[in-house]
Amino acid sequence: MDGLTHASPSVEAALSPRRHERRFSPWREAWRRFRRHRLAAISVIVLALLALSILLGPLLWPVAINDIDFTARLSPPSWDHPFGTDDLGQDLLARMLYGGRISLAVGFAAMAVGLFVGTVIGAVAGISRGSVDAALMWVTDLFLSLPQLPLLLLVIYLFRDFLKGLVGPEGGVFILIVLVIGGFRWMPVARLVRAQFLSLREKEFVEAARALGASKLRLVVRHILPNALGPVIVAGTIDVAAAIIAESTLSFLGLGFPPDIPTWGRLLFDAKDYLDIAPHWALFAGGAIFLTVIAINFIGDGLRDALDPRKVL
Amino acid sequence: MIERELRNQIADVRAGRLSRRSFVQNMVALGLTAPMAGVMLTQSGVAMAETAFPYKEPPKAGGGAVRLLLWQAPTLLNPHFAVGTKDQEACRLFYEPLAGWDQDGNLVPILAAEIPTKENDGLKEDGLSVVWKLKQGVKWHDGTPFTADDVVFNWEYAKNPETSAVSIGSYKDVRLVEKVDDHTVRMTFAEPTPFWADAFVSAYGQIIPKHLFAEFIGGKSREAPANLKPVGTGPYLFADFKPGDTVLGKRNPSYHVAGRPYFDTIEMKGGGDAVSAARAVLQTGEYDYGWNMQVEDEILQKLENGGQGKVSFVPTGNIEFIGLNFSDPNVEVEGQRAYYKTRHPLFSDPAVRAAINLLIDRASVQKFIYGRAGNATANFLNNPERFRSKSTSFEFNIEKANQILETAGWKKGSDGIRAKDGKPLRFVFQTSINSPRQKNQAIIKQACQKAGIDVELKSVVGSVFFSSDTANADTYSHFYCDAEMFQTTMTQPDPQFFMNQFVSTEVATKENKWQGRNISRWQNKEYDEVFKQAQHELDAVKRAAMYIKLNDLVVDDHYILPENNRLRATALKKGLVMHESGWDNDLWQIANWYRES
Amino acid sequence: MGNYLLRRLAIAIPSLLGISLILFVLLALAPGDPFGELASNPNIPPEVREALRVKFGLDDPILIRYLHWLVAMLHGDWGFSFASRIDVDQLILQRVPTTLYVVGSSQLLALAVALPVGVLAAMRPYSVFDQIANTFAFIGFSLPTFFTGLLLILIFSVNLGWLPFVYRADINASGWQWVWEYIKQAIMPVTVLGLFQAASYTRYVRSAVLDVIRLDYVTTARAKGIGERKVIVKHVVRNALIPVVTLVALQMPSVFGGAIVTDQIFRVPGIGSLLISAILANDTPVIMAVTFVFACLVILFNLLADIIYGWLDPRISFR
Repeated sequence: MDGLTHASPSVEAALSPRRHERRFSPWREAWRRFRRHRLAAISVIVLALLALSILLGPLLWPVAINDIDFTARLSPPSWDHPFGTDDLGQDLLARMLYGGRISLAVGFAAMAVGLFVGTVIGAVAGISRGSVDAALMWVTDLFLSLPQLPLLLLVIYLFRDFLKGLVGPEGGVFILIVLVIGGFRWMPVARLVRAQFLSLREKEFVEAARALGASKLRLVVRHILPNALGPVIVAGTIDVAAAIIAESTLSFLGLGFPPDIPTWGRLLFDAKDYLDIAPHWALFAGGAIFLTVIAINFIGDGLRDALDPRKVL
Repeated sequence: MIERELRNQIADVRAGRLSRRSFVQNMVALGLTAPMAGVMLTQSGVAMAETAFPYKEPPKAGGGAVRLLLWQAPTLLNPHFAVGTKDQEACRLFYEPLAGWDQDGNLVPILAAEIPTKENDGLKEDGLSVVWKLKQGVKWHDGTPFTADDVVFNWEYAKNPETSAVSIGSYKDVRLVEKVDDHTVRMTFAEPTPFWADAFVSAYGQIIPKHLFAEFIGGKSREAPANLKPVGTGPYLFADFKPGDTVLGKRNPSYHVAGRPYFDTIEMKGGGDAVSAARAVLQTGEYDYGWNMQVEDEILQKLENGGQGKVSFVPTGNIEFIGLNFSDPNVEVEGQRAYYKTRHPLFSDPAVRAAINLLIDRASVQKFIYGRAGNATANFLNNPERFRSKSTSFEFNIEKANQILETAGWKKGSDGIRAKDGKPLRFVFQTSINSPRQKNQAIIKQACQKAGIDVELKSVVGSVFFSSDTANADTYSHFYCDAEMFQTTMTQPDPQFFMNQFVSTEVATKENKWQGRNISRWQNKEYDEVFKQAQHELDAVKRAAMYIKLNDLVVDDHYILPENNRLRATALKKGLVMHESGWDNDLWQIANWYRES
Repeated sequence: MGNYLLRRLAIAIPSLLGISLILFVLLALAPGDPFGELASNPNIPPEVREALRVKFGLDDPILIRYLHWLVAMLHGDWGFSFASRIDVDQLILQRVPTTLYVVGSSQLLALAVALPVGVLAAMRPYSVFDQIANTFAFIGFSLPTFFTGLLLILIFSVNLGWLPFVYRADINASGWQWVWEYIKQAIMPVTVLGLFQAASYTRYVRSAVLDVIRLDYVTTARAKGIGERKVIVKHVVRNALIPVVTLVALQMPSVFGGAIVTDQIFRVPGIGSLLISAILANDTPVIMAVTFVFACLVILFNLLADIIYGWLDPRISFR
């Protein structure tokens, strides 16, 4: 084939870590490269602002999220209601700020769960052979073929009250949602990571590290995984969006937060029937999700380029 | 007292001082059904009105195609298996009953030659038998003549438990159906039956042909090929059926009413959601008819503004209400929560119930959520002396609610929540997942908050909430919750079934697998007594008065808080004329639909 | 390789059995029951409901029901739908063509968009083209299909009146007219599904190509004077395909399984809408049949993916 690896820089890096230490630590080098990625740097600021506004916003904009005002229904943005109101006359800015905490927390936590589980399973399956690989892939296939809706209903039925008793209603629901969304989204990551591993584990630099007596764990963590990060990061950034949206679907199954808690996904869903009557309703919720997604993706790109041993930039 | 009022009103109708329609409306407002009001009038000597349906013959070239859009898709085409109205509507294209109910509670003959009355010897004084005369010259789609044998067969078919027909309730109490001659049938009841017009009438009265189903009675019912390829007497011939998607029909050229039906072909498409169905009729005009428009009225009005079509509303007996739990859902007795012998810790105080009743903003819920599709008629029973008034008044009064609670000793704590004897006024309020209901919940929660009551909202997906799953504690009949909201439909033409949901013997318990119909577990001796009497009362007026009494007993106790009497909304493309009735299927007069040019 | 394939196929059978058992138990335990709708209808006495439950064997122990199902399935009997009271295979077969057509076209569309766009974007990272492609991709997966579907309906059906938004399986036309109608009504569902898919594919393709495009062998290939086009197609794309193949293999079963959201919005009578209505009606035999076929396809396509890995990168060995 194409002699994929004979001069791969990662081989160099793997073989002579000392030379790097003398110049820059790899982390500092990564940070330097990340900062050079302008969009990523801007995105960090945007995301920080978003996070800050949903954390502090309710203090600066102390309007109740459930104040019903029939006289101001579906009103477009104005000074009284900067984001307008919904069909019960509830202030959308206040709702967005409140719901954002949940949406962002769910998005990130579910992504983390999905990525973690997926990467671990994919890596273990990819590095082992034979029955371990087969068993893990069987589990992956099983999860891929489970019908989500009945399973979700079953999960609610079996665990809601249990978790509610364990960590209180809000916390219980949060854990449940994160586990459910994460639990349904790790399979593609696992298969992607495994596929990368299958190819990478045969490469010369891995061969070399193995010859030098590296343990299996070290092989995986230090040598193979960094080279398999590309799809993982993409999957992670896509999963944040998917999790924010999935949360709204869950609340329609009665699994999400109580119906009066306005998460972004839910706002978008509620707004859809009013798209031609009150477009502002959907606009801000959709816009917030989009902004989050775009920021996370650029950060992902920046990370990827920064950590990529092959220096694309 | 009430009985005299009723008799006066009937006299007014007879004398022409009160229109039939207003009388029916008054009765419906009292919790009766229009069919029952109709029977009441007939028994009191006011003949059923002969309903005339305007109709225009199709042009020479034919009436073209008509397209119906249902957001739930029909899944089967045997009327005796038709669980949901979607299936009943689909059956109505091909099958017909002996008679149907119109908007004013009149029985309208379809396969019957005339409606049985005392005058034509159809009805007997003792209430034990009814004679139906069938229309002559009616043919099944395959050319076989329709006779009394078919009618008798339908009774045999449906009442057989092995058949597992869902129409069994209408037939099992009929002792005998016999053929008198080819076009006359006699029904005999075991007990005097005040409401006789159930079997062979309306949705579950649709007649299937004996010659195609005779072999498939009982356990073999599911094997009948005609289950999927209906052969009926109706205005349209079967063309194609894809379960869960489309039903196609074409004009029956030898239909038993001349010049009908209007359209050459009919298409019924199912699936999707109600809002986009409304769009397809009102905005793009891809479809002519949109079924059961359960959409916020605001959206409907905006869509109507396009001028492509409009929405028509027809009153029904369906009531959206909030039930407070009579029993205590938090303690477990005899292996079940909400055991009917326990009492709810908060709601057993009448002051709390009265306060909650005042905190339901029925007017706003109607105005801003249901719009034209609902009537906030709840409070009529609090003022029995005013029951004839059509302008019902009910109260939404946070101040008064606060006052009542304050007087009863519920004092506000530092968190703004009232409490008494260490019990905070805090409860869980559940309903099924459905966007108007969630908004309704939010409105009630906010009002309660202002009165120092903390409400936790809970919503359960409809397919679980309304299931009869004994293992799942989230169903509405388990009611392991403090309060719940749902709609009781009044598809059945007589209130007897409807009112048995408050009888003590019907309380839902673990023993009856929560299939008892008294879900709120409300129990009242007087109610049980009156209900028992009403079951055997033959005088329609006395009987009606009893049902009104029963209604009062329930509602005055504030455990059951009616909120909204729903109307059925239908989207119609400009030019299409249908004849709807809230007491029968939308398609009950499909043969008389036409298009104005 | 052949040996490996045989072994994998041999494992597939017990693993399918295991999956089917888990699916069956899951559906049996899931809340809701098929005769729930009867419960709210006071005309139907509880005895009838009980009789129905007995008739359909709902009260038997789960394992017995599973064995019944398994034996019937082995005999080619897919079960009997509670809701429609007809055989499940009839129900499913009616919907296969529509699903294959709509979801299949959308997958093709997704690949046709994502492959070239992703490769081009990665060839010049952070160029204007790359930025635009990325932005569209972000919009693509941050907006859910229920939303974009509605947006398209409002634009193309309501405002412009160009396209119908109710999908009809029976079209009253013939010849080219029929073909055109079929294409016309599929445009919106295919676009919504295809572009949603394309958005994430594009990102994966871009990332995978970036991973290999600066490797030394690519530079070597260029240095040898091989044309850019050939370098990209033969050297870069082939090595970047592994994640793409994985993803496509993950998506292929859904060509059968359908797409629930778009099936609902556009009323496409596909397997997705059959599944969702079966789930809402707790019509277990239908759910079981659809998910089981789906499971078979998942296993099949993931196996195929493993084989293709070996072809793309011959050094991958399955021992």
